[in-house]
Parts: sequence; C-alpha cells; structure tokens
Amino acid sequence: MKLPIYMDNHATTRVDPRVLERMLPFFSDDFGNAASRNHPFGWKAEAAVEAAREEVGQLIGASGREIVFTSGATESDNLAILGVAEFYQSKGSHFITQPTEHKAVLDTLKVLERRGASVTYLPVDRTGLVRPEAVEAALTDKTVLVTIMAANNEVGTLQPLAEIGAICRKKGVLFHTDAAQGAGKFDFDVEAMNVDLVSLSAHKLYGPKGVGALYVRRKNPRVRLSPTMHGGGHERGMRSGTLNVPGIVGFGEAARICREELAHEIAHTQALRERLYATLTKELTHLTLNGHPTLRLPGNLNLSFAFVEGEALMMAMKDIAVSSGSACTSASLEPSYVLRALGVPEELAHSSIRFGIGRFNTEAEVDYVASKVITGVKKLRAMSPLYEMAQEGVGSASASFQAP
Amino acid sequence: MTYSESVLNHYENPQNVGALDKSAEDVGTGLVGAPACGDVMKLQIKVGEGDIIQDAKFKTFGCGSAIASSSLVTEWVKGKSLEEAMKIRNVDIANELALPPVKIHCSVLAEDAIKAAIADYRKKQQSAAVGSPA
Repeated sequence: MKLPIYMDNHATTRVDPRVLERMLPFFSDDFGNAASRNHPFGWKAEAAVEAAREEVGQLIGASGREIVFTSGATESDNLAILGVAEFYQSKGSHFITQPTEHKAVLDTLKVLERRGASVTYLPVDRTGLVRPEAVEAALTDKTVLVTIMAANNEVGTLQPLAEIGAICRKKGVLFHTDAAQGAGKFDFDVEAMNVDLVSLSAHKLYGPKGVGALYVRRKNPRVRLSPTMHGGGHERGMRSGTLNVPGIVGFGEAARICREELAHEIAHTQALRERLYATLTKELTHLTLNGHPTLRLPGNLNLSFAFVEGEALMMAMKDIAVSSGSACTSASLEPSYVLRALGVPEELAHSSIRFGIGRFNTEAEVDYVASKVITGVKKLRAMSPLYEMAQEGVGSASASFQAP
Repeated sequence: MTYSESVLNHYENPQNVGALDKSAEDVGTGLVGAPACGDVMKLQIKVGEGDIIQDAKFKTFGCGSAIASSSLVTEWVKGKSLEEAMKIRNVDIANELALPPVKIHCSVLAEDAIKAAIADYRKKQQSAAVGSPA
C-alpha cells in the first residue's frame, strides 16, 4: 500500500491509465486541429473527436450529435443557464433550483437575479432531497428552466431526476441537471429521465481536467441556446474555440470505461464504502451520517464525528486525502452551505468528513483509513471539552460560555 | 493549508491536556468560544502561594491551530504570577506558532481563555473572602 492515500474522489479522480494511453498520441504525432478540413492532421483529429463524442453521448443514453464539448462542468452550467435565459427571454425569466447545487449553478443564477430574473430555491429535506411535487407547485407560465443536480458533491444525495423530468416534460419546461458527480456513477439516461440539458465533467470520471460537455437535446423538444463563447462557430455555434483534442479523446475513453464497467464499479465502491462505515460505527460512538441512507453515490460517505473538529481530525490522518465541511478548511470560515441547507447543526457541520471512494481504492486502504480515523477521533475526544460535557451529561447548548 | 513546525509539534504532542477540579477554591476555569463557531477552549489554572500559577490544563474543540494555541498558553502560564499571565497577548501566541491570518482567532481565543480562567479564580477568592468570618 502506497502513502498518501487518495480518498477524495469527489474533488477529482486519477486519470485511468487506459485513458492516458489513448490521449498521448494527440499531444505528439496527431496534434492536428479538428477544424482543419483540408489535410490529414485535421481529419485524424476530427475523427477522434467524433468517436469520443459518440462515447460521451452513449454514457448518458444520448446521441453524439447532442454533445457540445466545453472546458468542464462549470462552463457547461454557465452555458446551459445563461444560454437558455437569453434565448427564451421572450417566454419569461423564472428559474427553479435548490440550495445544495454547486456554486457554478447558484452563482450563475445570482447573475441572472441581478439582471432581473426571479429564482425559486426549493427546500431540501434532512437527507438533501427535493420533493418533485414542490417542483410542480413552483412552476409558472414564466418558468424557463428547472435546474436540479443529479448527485450532490458533498453528501452524495441522488435527486429524483426521473420524477422531476416527467413533471417538466408534462408542463413544457426545460430541465437541466448538473451531473458532474452523477454520470458514470449510476445508471443515467436522458430519455428515461426526460432531461433536456446535462452538464458533464471528464475529471470526475477518471478522465483529464479541463474538458467537459453539455448535452443539448435535439428533439422532443429541440433545445436552443444562445452561446456564451463567441468566435469560430465550433460545436454547431454553441461553443466557439479550438477543440481540446487530447482532452476530448481522454473524455471519450473515460466515458467508455465507465459505461462498460458500471456494474462492477458500483459494486466495488459501494462494498468499500460499507466496509468503512461498518468499521467506524463499530469502534466509535456519536457518529452521524450526513445525506441519504440509500439514495446516495456509491462511493460517498459523509460523516460527522461529534465533539471533534474536522480540520483537526484531518491533521490526525495526514497521509490520507479527504475533505471536511468544517469552516476551518474553507477560505470563508463558513461551514459547508450544503450541510446547513440540510439542517445539520453547525457544530456537526464543523465535525464532518467526506470520504470519496473511487475506482482505485482498495480494501487495505479502507482498513488503514478506518484505523487512522478511529485513533484520531479517540485522541481528539480525549481533549475535547464538549465530549467531557457530554460524558458529564451537560448539553453543550446549556453550558455557560464566557463571552470573549 | 500547511502548518508551521511549532503547530505540528503542539498538535502531535499537546502539553497539559486534562482537567482540574473546577469546584476547588484554588482552581480557576475559563470556557470560551462556541461549538457553532467550531472552537471551544476550556483552560484551567491552579493558583498557589503569592498568586503563582502552579499548574494549567486545557481541553479544546477546534482545529490544529486552536489546539496548539491552548497547549502553548498552558505551558507559558505555568510558574507565572496572575499579573504576568494577564499580560500574555494573542500576537505573542500567533508569532510563536507562526499562525496565518485566517488562524489568528485561535490565538485570540487562547488569550481570552487565560483571562477568563484568572477572572474565575479571582471571583472565587472574593466570594471566599466575603463568606469567611472576620
């Protein structure tokens, strides 16, 4: 087993060696511009891009012709939201979303709000789920887009996309989903789910960074977008800019592997996740699972270790890469907005750790991580005044803290 | 975030973790911070002859810098008089631990904790003096 151990696969993933191998020629011998129509360098690049386009489409049950390559899911979210807002402005300017979306969605909608659009933020329950009936109730004749993520990047909650999609289709409103965390991790199908726009990212599914895609439905209904990037008219005019050929080739290969190995991958990551959770709950008291008990990404485990601060715990496992919802790990000194939207008390948000298990993690790694966490939590609880109070039966809420 | 050598040392080997009898007359207890903010420090001092701090203990819920600040300040106050301990300033703690700007509040909390512990001890002494027969 090699240290440090990477268990932060929601942040990014390692490029699969098979993906890297496919990419390499496109940095050297096959360096052509896919838009060069008049020589073999261009033809080879274009053929590779088109093959990758088909693979990415297939991953989500779409045709390659519905895939627009971008620089990543952030750009795709911007293009979907800003592009729909501009193109359909004569219809209205009302949007529906929910508070645990990625900032690429929330901040883009904020821009529209400043320009006069109205945005409905549907509440989520304690597990992070949006109720489809709430979507239906929020729709108006001015609603142009519903945007609800496929899977949350912190707590892994899987939203009821098919139910929401059915409602949007019935009402004739476009439905966008940010599937950066979802695609390649569970069965995702744009037809079954009635999704019209999907944001994807290669580096979350063992592909390279700097490349993503936006799925744009071509029929029933045909979705139109105003571009946000102007120039040479690449990607059917929806996203100008010379294509990142090696990145796209890598994305295509990564998508192929995810599609072909999906069942195995789900079984692998889920088994490791359950092993980690079982070991921790056996050895430690006062653990809280954040998110949904079953409707969650197979590799996601988000736990709060009461009485222990998340960053301090991460220091106790310094040869392990994970994330925390603690304020101390963010530049803003605010605890995770996702956990707060779920109603997790701030104290427990500070105590949260996100384990992101992926394709390359092993049982031995999980066991090592579990032992480090257990030792760390016990050590930190022994020096925690909150744990001491809990042992003495004093609730920390009722304890008297002197004002600084 | 990368940590300074001194923060890591105090985090790995915290000094004076534990508790003193908070009902004892010669013990002062300071409890500062708030769980919702992610930092709670409990700092206790045992005061002897001539108002000299003989022992100090802490328990802290917080990040590595908060733990290191508590550990450091308990080391510093031992052997000091209450007057001298009152003069410990957060900048001294922050400098010693090379805390980055976002962690300065940890050193502020440690200064508050020692002041609160001294205040608690003095309050106890006053009420003992008032309560005792002339």
